[in-house]
Amino acid sequence: MSLSHFEAAVLFALLTSIVLGIVTKKTDRERIRYAAYCFACFVGTLFGLGWLMYLGHR
Amino acid sequence: MDLLPAAVTLDILKKVMPADSIAPKEPTPPLKLWLPTVAAAWFIPGLGHFLLKRPIRAMLLCASVIVMFAAGLLMRGTFFEPQTGDLLNTVIYVGGFLGNLSSGLLYLVTVWFGYAQPDVAGHVHDYGTKFLVGAGLLNVLAMVDAYEIAIGKKE
Repeated sequence: MSLSHFEAAVLFALLTSIVLGIVTKKTDRERIRYAAYCFACFVGTLFGLGWLMYLGHR
Repeated sequence: MDLLPAAVTLDILKKVMPADSIAPKEPTPPLKLWLPTVAAAWFIPGLGHFLLKRPIRAMLLCASVIVMFAAGLLMRGTFFEPQTGDLLNTVIYVGGFLGNLSSGLLYLVTVWFGYAQPDVAGHVHDYGTKFLVGAGLLNVLAMVDAYEIAIGKKE
């Protein structure tokens, strides 16, 4: 299997967010919200670092 | 050197520290309450939650760990072997090995079937190695959660 950096990082973010949501919160609603929040943070950081590296290498 | 008698020491301590500042130590939960659950959670990801009658959470945890582990294998990631040397090497290799081992049966079966990928350069292999360790670390989170549920600290 050959994934790009982006695909591998998104897969990692998705699976980690699910587990973090399950183990940290008490109600199902809170779990879903927290998992979505973690995933958004991961992907946001991914884009941020991507742009940072792109601009840093110009 | 003369030591103060215990009663005098206690008296001094009581004067220095008010009674309400000394937090009572929580009793350690009995082993039989949590050990089987945590061991099951380590051996098969999600089994701890399943035994605690949380089947949906068990299924999600199991799926997350298995998918991450399988992705690591498909990307031909490397398993860490415990090596000691300088501090950084020890932390990376022993930590990585413990992370791999935390996947439980997945790791044991994979090694038993003879999976031995050499460490080669390339971002896909590198991600694979991290995914294999990541799967173990996700299982550690699941084990801690199962422990807290088993001792009644969490719902």
